[in-house]
Formats: sequence, C-alpha cells, structure tokens
Amino acid sequence: MLWLAVRLPYLMLEQHARGAVTATPLAVAESTALTARLLLCNAAAHASGVRSGMTAASALTLCANLGIVNRNPAAERQALECVAAWACQFTAQVSIAGETELLLETGGSMRFFGGLEVLHTTIERGLQELGYTARLACAPTPLAAQWFVRMPTPLHILRLDELHGALEHVSASSLQHLPATAALERFGIHNIGACLKLPRDGLARRLGQGLLDEIDRALGRLPDPRPLFTPPVQFDSTLTLPAPTAQAEALLFAGHRLYAELRGYLTATGQGAQRLEFTLHHERRPHTRFTLNLVAASRDPAHLLVLLRERLAVLKLPQPATAIRLACTQQQPLDAESHSFLPDAQAQVEAATRLLEKLRARLGDTAIHGLRSFADHRPEHAWRASPPDERAATNMTFAPGERPLWLLPQPQVLREHDAVPQYDGPLTLLGGPERIESGWWDEQPVARDYFVARCPQYSLLWIYRERSANARWFLQGIFS
Amino acid sequence: MPATALDAVLNTPNVWRGRNCATVATPSLPTGYAELDLLLPGGGWPAGALTEIYVERPGIGELQLLMPAAARLTRDALWLAMIGPPYVPYAPALAACGVHLQYLLMLRSQSPDEQAWACEQLLLSGNCGAVLIWLEHLQERTLRRLQHAAERSGSIAILYRSRRAQPFSAAALRLHVGRNDGRTVISILKRRGGGAPPPVQLDLYGSLTRRSATMPLSRGPAETPRLQAAH
Repeated sequence: MLWLAVRLPYLMLEQHARGAVTATPLAVAESTALTARLLLCNAAAHASGVRSGMTAASALTLCANLGIVNRNPAAERQALECVAAWACQFTAQVSIAGETELLLETGGSMRFFGGLEVLHTTIERGLQELGYTARLACAPTPLAAQWFVRMPTPLHILRLDELHGALEHVSASSLQHLPATAALERFGIHNIGACLKLPRDGLARRLGQGLLDEIDRALGRLPDPRPLFTPPVQFDSTLTLPAPTAQAEALLFAGHRLYAELRGYLTATGQGAQRLEFTLHHERRPHTRFTLNLVAASRDPAHLLVLLRERLAVLKLPQPATAIRLACTQQQPLDAESHSFLPDAQAQVEAATRLLEKLRARLGDTAIHGLRSFADHRPEHAWRASPPDERAATNMTFAPGERPLWLLPQPQVLREHDAVPQYDGPLTLLGGPERIESGWWDEQPVARDYFVARCPQYSLLWIYRERSANARWFLQGIFS
Repeated sequence: MPATALDAVLNTPNVWRGRNCATVATPSLPTGYAELDLLLPGGGWPAGALTEIYVERPGIGELQLLMPAAARLTRDALWLAMIGPPYVPYAPALAACGVHLQYLLMLRSQSPDEQAWACEQLLLSGNCGAVLIWLEHLQERTLRRLQHAAERSGSIAILYRSRRAQPFSAAALRLHVGRNDGRTVISILKRRGGGAPPPVQLDLYGSLTRRSATMPLSRGPAETPRLQAAH
C-alpha cells in the first residue's frame, strides 16, 4: 500500500478564481455578526498589500477593485468531490479526508502510470489544468501521508521501516487528539518522533489511549480503514465565474476547466459523453441552456471544445453569465483510444464524425441530414431524410420510370388554359402517361397520371394530373 | 533551353497561349461527358479549385451534368455534400444515376454566411469528394475564401448561381449552362490556361426529349380533345 495525500490548500479561493483567464484581485472572507474578515487572498491582491486576517473594509481601501466572496463550505465540499471524481482515473481507491485533502491509494497503479515521479507530475499538472494548486505527499499509511502533506515541505516515504524515523519531522500539532497536543507542548515535546521515545504505558495513563492509537495507526500497527469515494452516476459540475462575463473566449476558458474535470470523470468510469447540457446562470434573468448532442461518444476535450466554440459563436446571451454548469446527461461505455500504426479507415470515420458534430453544433441538429430511398410508388414517399451518420449500406434502386433529380417540397398546382397546363407558357408533353395508383392502406392514397413535359423555355418538368373529379394538373419535379 | 523544358513551362496553367488551351496536369475528375472533358484544362472537373456554374433557369440539366462524377466519388466512399439546394434532391433519381446515397450529405441553413462557413469546413475536412453549394448573394471576399479552401482541400467545389453573371470572379473555372432546342449548351466563360472555346452541346436527357406523348383527354364530353405533338 502506498497512499498519496493530495492537499488543496487554496481550495476556498481557487474554486472561485479558476474560472477566469487573468487573475484579478480576489479574496475569500468569513462574515461574523459584526465584520467580515479575509481568510485568504490571491497573489494579485497580495501585491497591493491585502493580507489575510484584515477586515473587508480595510482591504478595500488598499485595493479598490478587490473582489470579495463569502466562504461557502458546501460549495467547497462539492468542488472537492469533483476533484475526487476526477482523481478516480488514477486509482480505484480514493478517499476524501477533511476539508481540503484527498487520499489516493497509488501502490497498485503506480507502474501503470510510469512510476511514482511521473504519476505525481501527471496529477500535479492535471490539477493545475483544473485550476488548483496542489501539494502531494506519500506514505505507506494514510494517516502518515496526511501528516506529511501538511508539512511546509511535504515528505515522500515509500517504505514502512523508514516511517518511524520520518515522524521526527512531524510537528505534534498535526495530531488530531487535541487535548494531547496541548499537554505534549507543556511537556516540551514538539514532534511525534520525540513522543515515540516516551514510555507507552505512562503516556497512555496520562494522555489517554486515543493518542497511542493514533500514532499506531500512522505507523501501520493498527488498521486504518478509510471510507472510499464512489464517483457519482452522472457528471454535474458548476463553475462560478469571479466576474460576470459575456465574452465567448472567457466562457470557453471556463468550459476548458469543466472539460478537464469531465475527462477525468469519464476516464475513471470508462465512459464517453453523448449528450452535454450547459446552463449559464445570469444575475437577474432566467438561465440560458443549450445542449450538445454528439454523434459518437467522446471524451476528448479538444474536440468537445471545438463544439462548444461553435455553439457559443451563435449563442445570444441576455446578460453576462455569472456561472457555468456542465452536466453530462447521456453517456456510453467507451474503450480507451488505441493508436494505429497506419492511417486507417477508423481514423477517417472518426474525422468524419467530428466534422458532422462541428457542423451540427453551429447550424443546429436538424440542418444536416442524409437521404434514403424507399420502395414506394408514390414519389413523395419514395425518399426520406435520414440521420447523416446512418451507415446503412442499402443502395436500393427503385426507379420504375423516368424520375427527376429535383422534387418540389409540395406539388404545385398548374394553371390551365384551353385544357393545356401552363408553366411560363403552354407545356408540351414528351413522355407518359405513367399511372401511379397506390397508398390506399395508409390514408394517403394517390391516383395520378404522370407526364414529362417541356415548357417553352426548354426546362423539363415532371407533372401529373389527378385522377379525380376535378382533374387538376400539378408540377412535382424538375429534370435538372 | 531544351525543348522539353520549354514545353513544361508552356504547359503550366498560368501561361496564356492565345486561343489554344494549355493541356495541364490539373488533377481532375472526368465529367463523364467526353465533349465537355475536351474543353476543360485537366480533362474534367478540377479538384482543388472552385468551379462556378451559371444556370440560365432550373431544369435544363445543370445537376445531371454532375451526376457521372457524383456516382464515381460516392462509389469511392467519398462524401458528396449539397448545401442549400433550391429543391429537394430526389433520392430514387440520384440512386438511378448510380450515386451511393449513404455518402450524401444535405445541409440547409437560413443565412448565406453559415452556408459559406459550412462549405469551407466541409472542404477543409478532406472527407468530401465534392461540395455543391447554391448561393446567390455572395461577396467577393467569400468567393475568394471558398476558392482558397478548395485549393487547400483538393476537393471539387461547385458553386451554382443564377444566370446574372458577374464580370470577374476568383473561381478557377466558370461555366454557363443554357438550353437550345432540347440540348444543353455549355459555354466556358473562364478556364485556366485561357482561350474561349466555342460552346458545347450535350444531349443530357437523350430519349426523354425526343419522345412525344398525347395530351390526355380533358374531363367532360363538351370539350374537344386536343393533341399536341412534340418537336
């Protein structure tokens, strides 16, 4: 077992700041009954003299454009859960420990990701992409890993027998057993290593068995089971923007952050997104919602970002957005991508699918379709629009007579003059009649005599006469 | 300079040689009509260039002109995209021409800008064998963009317009399609390599135009039946 502890020390600040491209002065405050005190501020605010612990009023006099957000523990917990779901791609055993810490059992998956160093870099970079600063530490027991990650320079201990020595560097204030911490300070014991040298029975009698149990858990002498985190059934993440924005680029950046989370979640669950629902929150208007439907399930952020870009390009916002929410409401099992040695047909099909999705994201789902022919004698029923990605390889030729390349959406009534149909002048009949009498079974019966006709300007037309009481002439097609 | 080198220079499409069209190795797809192929610089529809077709009026064989090429492209599993056609392309007739319907892609959009954008995307994707687009009001800049996209893609790009021909255009090939007594007349307005050959007449509908039919009897005995013979 090798536990990796991930600590997000600035979670309360970064969950607000990560939606913005450029860092603007921002601070998190906790309001008490009388005044609001800053808990944490970012580098831009720090540069103008703002420090944590200040009151909001004095911070604002130092930095007029400082954005102050109230601390929201529920939102922090949600953000941490999203990071936990993202982290499930590295190991099946993820546990949320405390307000800002995650524990990942990486002993089993270390080799798969290319060794400890590479894994740590991957996780650090990944968290950076999500917009979080992370500290990592590892130890053979979860509690020791948590202790190490809280140190100013986190330790990486791989073997159980090295653990004992390493505890000398851990301050006694890391202990959860709080009454013991104060007592140890009074004894003049500042680190856990020194505490280990004390006689166990005396320590237990004076400070309680709880302290010894905690140290034993950290040393692996007692079991330390952790509740494992299960990724949610559906991905749903909200990103609040530090300042309302209506710019497509700023929204895209936030989308990029959300996609990074989504990719981790989908990789962890072995799924691909099929339907993505975006909700943009506004201050005083109803939310703007839009959906991206994918032809083929995907979890490639670059591709999904292209689709989002096209959709945002045609989107009209009633007001700047304050938050962006992404929910993946339909997903499908998706195998890991395999790389092919030769540029094969698969890659071409994928490229085609991506193109279709891009076009649909911009023009709308109904703007693109394919064509199919059907074995029906009625001309208007002999074709149908089909989804463009349908790869039914039936190329049925069902053409009993001459058929025009253009069909009018609706047959057009032709004027008659001296019993001769007119279309820019009298029509001359060239071919026909071809009688089509069909469709009595589905309430749309036709009984028509079809002719090929030529108008005085030499266009070739496909016309028919109804076989009914009023026997009108109709234009239905054009031989193009 | 050796004679072969001179030939090579003269045969590039950029060299204007009076009334003779240089025979150039522009990658092209045969149109399927031998008389027309003779007039086109590469012996067919130029790939990687924009072709403008001015149609005098619909229904004179302007789409039939593309059908042999379309059949060939879709047979090779390349897409054929139609953007904003004026009517519904009729699937059974296309299938009868040999077009594989599963490689057809229809696009419809209200705004010409979106249509031009889609055309550009389709061309640049490299999946399309040919893109057919119907656009009336088109800025010169858009036309150049389409020509540029076609050049980069190597696909056939056909732009259909009504007969109001503009004097100049960025398109590499410009054709005018008219009709004369049952035959389709194609005149070349512009081609690479220069020259203005006489128009070519094609018989696109063959037997269809030479047949005759009798006007059916009108309803009611009072009216006299009227016969109309075809030319």
